[in-house]
Amino acid sequence: MNASTAVTVEGFVTESLATHGRDPRHLLQHLIRVQQRFSYVPDAAVEALSAALDVTRTQVRAAIAFYAFLHNRPRGAFEIRFSDNITDRMLGSRRLIRLLVERLGLTGLPAWGHDLIRDDGRVSIGLASCTGMCDQGPALLVNGYAVTHLDAQRVDRIADLVQEGILLERWPGEFFRVGNNIRRRGLLLGNPATDSAALHRLVDEGADVALAEVERSGLRGRGGAGFTTALKWRFCREAPGTERYVVCNADEGEPGTFKDRVLLTDYADLVIEGMTVCAGVIGARRGFLYLRGEYRYLLPHLESVLQRRRAEGLLGMSILGADGFDFDIEIHLGAGAYICGEESALIESLEGKRGVTRKRPPFPVTSGFDDQPTVVNNVETFLAAARVVRWGGYWFRGEGTDQSAGSKILSVSGDCARPGIYEYPFGTPVHRVLSDCGAENTQAVQISGAAGATLSPADFDRIIAFEDLPTAGSFMVFDDSRDLLDMVRNFAAFFAHESCGFCTPCRVGGALLRNLIEKVAAGQGSEYDLSEMRRIGAVMRQASYCGLGHTAPNHVLNTLDKFPQIYRRRLARASHTPSFDLDAALSEARALTGRDDVGAHIRVQMPDGSEVSA
Amino acid sequence: MSKTFTLDGREIPFETGQTIMDAALAAAVYIPHLCHNPEFAPHGSCRVCVVDIGGRQVSACTAAASEGLVVDSSSEAIQATRRAILQMLFVEGNHVCPACEKSGACQLQAVAYYTGMLAPHFTHFFPRRPVDASHPDVIIDFNRCILCELCVRASRDHDGKRVFAISGRGLESHLVIDSPSGLLGDSSFAAGDKAAHVCPTGAILPKGRGYETPIGERLYDREPISIVGDVRAHEEEVV
Ligand SMILES: Cc1cc2nc3c(=O)[nH]c(=O)nc-3n(C[C@H](O)[C@H](O)[C@H](O)COP(=O)(O)O)c2cc1C
Ligand code: SF4
Ligand code: SF4
Ligand code: FES
Repeated sequence: MNASTAVTVEGFVTESLATHGRDPRHLLQHLIRVQQRFSYVPDAAVEALSAALDVTRTQVRAAIAFYAFLHNRPRGAFEIRFSDNITDRMLGSRRLIRLLVERLGLTGLPAWGHDLIRDDGRVSIGLASCTGMCDQGPALLVNGYAVTHLDAQRVDRIADLVQEGILLERWPGEFFRVGNNIRRRGLLLGNPATDSAALHRLVDEGADVALAEVERSGLRGRGGAGFTTALKWRFCREAPGTERYVVCNADEGEPGTFKDRVLLTDYADLVIEGMTVCAGVIGARRGFLYLRGEYRYLLPHLESVLQRRRAEGLLGMSILGADGFDFDIEIHLGAGAYICGEESALIESLEGKRGVTRKRPPFPVTSGFDDQPTVVNNVETFLAAARVVRWGGYWFRGEGTDQSAGSKILSVSGDCARPGIYEYPFGTPVHRVLSDCGAENTQAVQISGAAGATLSPADFDRIIAFEDLPTAGSFMVFDDSRDLLDMVRNFAAFFAHESCGFCTPCRVGGALLRNLIEKVAAGQGSEYDLSEMRRIGAVMRQASYCGLGHTAPNHVLNTLDKFPQIYRRRLARASHTPSFDLDAALSEARALTGRDDVGAHIRVQMPDGSEVSA
Repeated sequence: MSKTFTLDGREIPFETGQTIMDAALAAAVYIPHLCHNPEFAPHGSCRVCVVDIGGRQVSACTAAASEGLVVDSSSEAIQATRRAILQMLFVEGNHVCPACEKSGACQLQAVAYYTGMLAPHFTHFFPRRPVDASHPDVIIDFNRCILCELCVRASRDHDGKRVFAISGRGLESHLVIDSPSGLLGDSSFAAGDKAAHVCPTGAILPKGRGYETPIGERLYDREPISIVGDVRAHEEEVV
């Protein structure tokens, strides 16, 4: 880099520090801005930030190396990242990546963590884990902004825009249009309007009444683990501390989940109202909305909602005129790390550090942000809490099952006619969702994301509820034309890439698992490798430090049990011969799709390169 | 009257605030560990100290002791889990025990013996990791680093220097050194630092003192780690 750019870098950092402060906890936010401006974080910025914020340069570099969206070498002026979730692949993303690579005169294909960068610095092409656009994929991010509904035509056009160096602001607006696709509304989605009634009730009737309603509702967290919300709020309220914090977990990193995106788009007021009610109950003065980097296009919208609410006296000092009810919210951006959805890693990231899980206990409710009592809740949880305080706990309880009150918002994607957002009462069976979304010949459903469970048709009568099938909201459908091993490979690569690296079983086990699956996929595996996969999976499940490692082998262990043929038919030396003819079993699918070419028959590539029918 | 829990059938007394590991160490009962060192805050990253409590696995170094717990630390199932974790650590780095200066006095190796690990078992990753010999007194061989962060903690919490940190993520996680060049020789590190004496493997070694004690006569050649304990306690005798 020449001297003049170094000056610009320093100038930019100085300005960022002046506008956004010198709190070391803002390190990540400064780095994200530098990355956005220069397409990487130059050394000059590392030095300037480490001097100004009193963090070691090693800590700054370690943060850059940790977050997938930060780099220490320049990316392209147009930095393109294709969403690489299995649903994007099922919608043809691989073909489109190839097309764009070719059109831009690059060679090879990007892999996770390895981007293609054109020599002239104009453009780079990489991959991102799920970008949360599964109902309108294939999708990509260009300089952090989501482009949806990719097809060959759109990719062609993107190649032209890049070649001509057209600034992003002048790209066709429709590229960046993100749809909501709300297909079924229930308790929560039925009425997006807010008159801040929950907040009024809190101020008029007091925090105890609000908390009692949340208690009565039986509301449990919507982010996956399902901890009772009222209990969390009460613990936090009663924990000793000088300050208290409210954090909205909008990291939504679980592959196949996109309901929080829709809630933040159309229901932001209610989500923020829920956070404000929580602040009133626990006595917090500051809150954070941790927004995943993939959703940065929502930033102006969310800022404007916050601004309007401040102007309306719903945020800031003396909310609704109540003396001493002071609360405001800052938005913090993430930078491409799934683990930052885990609440303690999220807090580390909020504090500007690498998103590595904290030791628990203590839990965030007693020792969270700045080691003070902190409530971390999912976007949907805050929305539900606002409604509960408005309409009462019994209203909410009236729906759902014994242990799962209310409704659940699902993000449905994959092989179905109508992907999108569906809200159901808890207790709804899987087959109901399948028929509503227009899924046919369904072979499998992956519920609750890559970390969730793989369901076979035998499970389709089971119900969505904490007592049977808990879910953070992802519902991915696979019809019988799919090879489920593609899903397994995709998720295994995802977890190996997203492991924070702190503990041995997840860090090493995840990589071993991914490699073994690739070995089997290449037709070089044996029965022994399958038992190795079980063994490694069991160790990860038992011995990992946090939820990521505990759940990362689920998809492998589930499919080994429920869909053993996806592995067995590829084994080079099977110590087992299938008792049925797999290829014949596909004849129905062939008849339905009207395909009967070579590719529609199961063939296995043997290690020597020859092909055999399964 | 002091409170107790049961560890492999033995009653172990403890005080409130102690972890299972703390209480076990005080009672001179060995639970294998690598990232734990009682002089520093518990970390919980290596997972070698995993024990079973009623079918649930926890790390003994971070789990609080509590009245009436029934802890299993020696069943074949627990030892098998530990073995697998050690095998993972061995294939992740490049550990050439017979040629390593630390052989016989290496905690990683000793814990592996203790759990009955006979072979690395998994496919080696063979990462390319450099050796840093830039410091006059100390050499760092990253090939043997198991990311236990003991040097990170010692430098930060004891030496007040913050010389080490972990960078990257997943399998790409690696130890880095805080100096403009990234080399140890350009950092504020000194041979007298606590951080120079906490490494449970042969990753951080003093220069110019090779093979003083012949292999075969070293700490763990003579007695198993479950009897003699951590190498650090003995290193201080030698220095
Ligand atoms: C690896 C991992 C990723 C997670 N990602 C998210 C996430 O993206 N959004 C979320 O709300 N919760 C996520 N969670 C769960 C959070 O840790 C936490 O339980 C949740 O935010 C609490 O909010 P709730 O009680 O409202 O569900 C994740 C957990 C793990 C272990
Ligand atoms: S299980 Fe371990 S390595 Fe994996 S994300 Fe959690 S702490 Fe990090
Ligand atoms: S150098 Fe040694 S002490 Fe430091 S992290 Fe690696 S193994 Fe642990
Ligand atoms: S010694 Fe307990 S996890 Fe390392």
